[in-house]
This record gives sequence, structure tokens and C-alpha cells, in this order.
Amino acid sequence: MHIAVCVKQVADYETPAANLRVDDATKKISAPPGVAPVVSQFDAIAVEAALRIKEAAGEGTITIVTVGPDGAREVIKQALAMGADEGILVNDPALVELDSFGTARVLAAVVQKLGDVQLVLCGRQATDWDMGVVGAGLGEILGWPTVSIVKSVSVADSKVQAERVLTDGFQKVEAELPAVVSVSNELGEPRYPQLRQIMMAARKQVTNYSAGDLGLDAAQLSESGLSIEKLYKPTYDLQTEIIEGDTPEQAGEKLALRLREAKII
Amino acid sequence: MANVLVICEFNDEGSLAPLSAEMIGAARAIAEGGKVDAALIGSGVSGLANEVASYGADRVFVADHEGYKDYQLEAFLPVVEEIIGQSSPEVVLLGQSNVGRDLAPRLAFKHNSGAAMDVIEIKTEGGKVHFTRPVFGGGARADVTVKGSPAFATVRPKSQDAPAPDTARKAEVVAISTAPDPSSFKVKLLETTQPEAEGIRLEDADVVISGGRGLGSAEGFQVLEEVAKLMKGAVGASRAVCDMGWYPVAHQVGLTGKVVSPTLYIAVGISGASQHMAGCAGSKNIVTINKDPDANILAASRFAVVGDWKPIMEGFKRKVAELRGT
Repeated sequence: MHIAVCVKQVADYETPAANLRVDDATKKISAPPGVAPVVSQFDAIAVEAALRIKEAAGEGTITIVTVGPDGAREVIKQALAMGADEGILVNDPALVELDSFGTARVLAAVVQKLGDVQLVLCGRQATDWDMGVVGAGLGEILGWPTVSIVKSVSVADSKVQAERVLTDGFQKVEAELPAVVSVSNELGEPRYPQLRQIMMAARKQVTNYSAGDLGLDAAQLSESGLSIEKLYKPTYDLQTEIIEGDTPEQAGEKLALRLREAKII
Repeated sequence: MANVLVICEFNDEGSLAPLSAEMIGAARAIAEGGKVDAALIGSGVSGLANEVASYGADRVFVADHEGYKDYQLEAFLPVVEEIIGQSSPEVVLLGQSNVGRDLAPRLAFKHNSGAAMDVIEIKTEGGKVHFTRPVFGGGARADVTVKGSPAFATVRPKSQDAPAPDTARKAEVVAISTAPDPSSFKVKLLETTQPEAEGIRLEDADVVISGGRGLGSAEGFQVLEEVAKLMKGAVGASRAVCDMGWYPVAHQVGLTGKVVSPTLYIAVGISGASQHMAGCAGSKNIVTINKDPDANILAASRFAVVGDWKPIMEGFKRKVAELRGT
């Protein structure tokens, strides 16, 4: 079975909010210089989900697909080091600036070009723009059954079974392949690449695609979606009152008294 | 002026969720003389039309069918499309919920438009509707407009003020007869499991005590549960500890979990990653107990105690019990 996993390179999501660089002129957010970009967390979990399916089946090919600049090759390498088989980088300058709505259309075009993909996996949302629309877009464009935000996904008898994470509880569903599934953090931690696999990954194939290769018109792809009008950091004008005591117990007691005084409890 | 359609949300037991009123209020504000339509899609929901009208809807579309009891994309898409066709809105508001997260982007692609996800502010500026959404887990904010029509958006629970109901207000009710046909669904629903409800619901609690990695172990939550019980509150958890299995996922507060806005939010051993703040920033008073004086969450906290959480909570618990006369 051929599984495609869509991944995105993002500014390191562990960057404390105070250190994020927010540029309203270019409408871009970045981590401070020297902090390397990473694979969006939920996407790494999607790679993990694909590897588990392949291991359970004992066969299969996992293709990692990303849209981004040449530097985004790094996230493909990382997924290949985890155990994926090959990568596709859509690095056309005309396409890398698209928002998530345009990107979903590019990813769908890659899946269509690959031709034999049975399952597309992606993260529930990217950790930079927090949109969570790519899975829905892939499902709509490909016309495949779509299951969003799952904590488990498995394949048997050309069917995919998955458990959706609801606000309260879970929903178990089943769909015929081919299908699109987006995964959530409840699925579990992505595996850590072993040295041997990192070395093997260096020899795995990464193919570059352009808009022309995919038969896409970049201008048309940016006609829908969102337009960012303004980008800024939220401000909190709040004075934090630090409560101290001679002992931690006493500080705890003083906190309770202070909350009573402020009529909060 | 814009015509706005609101896709209403429900509580588990079938009553109208507060988010519905919040969305109708927001819709009224941006409609500016335009029409506000609301859609009730569910099982046994027709009785809610008057309540929806009382919050400010001019017209209520009712699709009442047992097949709409559990949300399924393939059940909801055709009926929402039917209602959009009849309502012809410029803006469609959905909840940032199980339903909206799944349905809104799908509708946006269908209409070659866009969906502003998880918005916390909606306003009209220069004749266009602007949506404010937190990005980077809340580390930054983006004001966005939607390219295409209708503009779709999902609204974060508790981000909007619910209007006071006006029971004298009446709305035109339009019955929608589109019925779902589960036999045609490509995605079959096998089973829905809901955790046993115990104590006060996290979203409704007036006091929430949340624990993070700083608790050191799953056992730490017992202390938080004791304090929560004493204060008639609920216990929350950071994503990190849910992922480690220290506490059930249903208690996760944050961007991918629940949004709470209690009077008092006590964060114990939580550093305050943006993704967590997205779930608790709306709390009226945040109190931090953390050994790290530089923890992110301090900037958003009204009170903080820096130090070892366990003895601090012991002292806190003792004094709260005393103040309550128990």
C-alpha cells in the first residue's frame, strides 16, 4: 500500500511567545536566529501513524510530501530517518507563499500525480498558523472519505479504521480506501530516528516538483483562502502580584487569604 | 451590512450551548441592519427555535431528524448546503468544536472561499468583516479577511459575550426536510464513547485547578482533586501530562483541548506554553504556582507563588478549608 504523509516545516513551536519575531510588514513570524525550523508536531505524529500501519501490514511505501523552500528538504530527511521511504518537495517559489487553502490544493495535486496512493495522512493542524484545514481540503478535492482529528488509525481489508477525538469522548469510524485522515497528539509520541536510519535516509530519494510539473496555476490558487491584514503580539497589561511567605506552606495560606480579600473565593 | 448565518451548537444532553448565543450576538453586531439567520441541526431541536430567536436571530432554519443526533460530515454537509442556499449569507459562523473544526474548512473548499478558524474577535472595517485569530498557539494574533463568499469562520467558545435573551423577540421558522441517508456514507460510524461525567463539568466550573509536568508525577493530581473538591471546582491538565498518561485527555485545557474561563484558574506546575494559554487565557483571575519565576504563565497571572508546589498547596488547602469553615 502506498501512503502519503503531508508534513510542514515550521518555526520551532517550543519558542517562548516572548521570543517570537512577529513582522507585520512581511506578515511572517519566525523564531530567533539560530533556532532551527522543525517538523510541525502533529505532522511528525502523522509520520508515526504511517510507520505503524506499514509495520502492521509488513509492506508498503511511505512518501513524505511537503511544500516549502529548499530548506524544507530537512523535514523530509527527518521523516525519512524515522523510516519513511521517499520524499517529494514542492519548492516552486510561486507556491511556497500560499496559505493553507492553496497548499491543500498543491498537496492534492501531488497525490493525484503519484496515482496509486491509498491513504493520505496529515497532522490535525500546523503548529504555526493553527488552521487545521488541509485534511478537509484534501478530502474535498480528491473526493475521498475524510476522517479528522484521530487518536488511532489502522488499515485492514482495504478499509481504514480510526478513532476521532471529540471534546468529550471518542468516535470510532470506518471507511473504504482511498481515504484522508488527520491525526492528533493522542496518537502518541513520534519515534526518534536511530543513527543507522539517519545514515540510510541520506540515500533515499527526494524529488523536486514545480507548479508546472503539477499543472497548477499559482495565481489561481491564491484567489481563495485568507488574507492576513495585520499581524501582532497580544499585550497583557497585568501586574503580577508575587505572594511570599517564610515557608512555602505559609505562602500557600497567604494566597488563600489574598484571594478571599480580593473577593475571588 | 452583511447577512450572517449561524450554525448552532448544542450541549451533550441536547440543550442549546452557550456558544450558540455567543455566535448569534457576534452575528448581530456585524450584520449592521443585515439579516441574522440561525440553523438548528440535530435530533429533537425544534423546540429551541424561540430561544434562538430571543438571542437575536431573525429567521431560524430547523433540520430536526434523529440522523443528525451524532455529528457526521456526510450527514451535515448536504443539509448545511441546503440552508446556505436558502439563506444566501455573506458570512457563516460555526463553533470551534467537533462540528465546526471538521465542517467549516470543508464548506470553505466547496465554495472556493476560505475559513478563519478559531476566531476570538469579529468586526466590520471598511465594509469588510475582519476576524482576529490567535496564531502560533496564541503567541501572536492575525487579523484576517476571507477571500471568497460566503466567508466562513469558526468561533472560539467563550470569546464573545452572549446577549441577554429577549423573550418577546420572535423569528420566522423554516423547516428543512432534507434527511440524511447513512447507507450512502463513505465513512461509517461504528461507535461513540463518552466518558462518565463526574463532578462539575470543566467548562462550567467557576474554579479550575490545573496541573502540569511540574507536579512531578500522576499522583500529584490527587492533591489537586482534593483542593478542587473543597472549592467546588474542577481539575484540568496540560497537554504534556495528558500525553504522558498522568490524567485523562478529557481534562486537557488548551488549543487542542478545552477552553475554560472560570473566575479562578490555578495553574500548578504549568509553564504556560502558548498552546495551554489558548485554553485558559479567558479566565478572570489566573493564579500561578510554579518553581520557575520566569515561567511564561506569570505574565498572564494576577497572583503567583514561586516555590515547591506541594507544601504551597498544602498551606493553601488548609487555609481554604478554614475560610470555608469546614
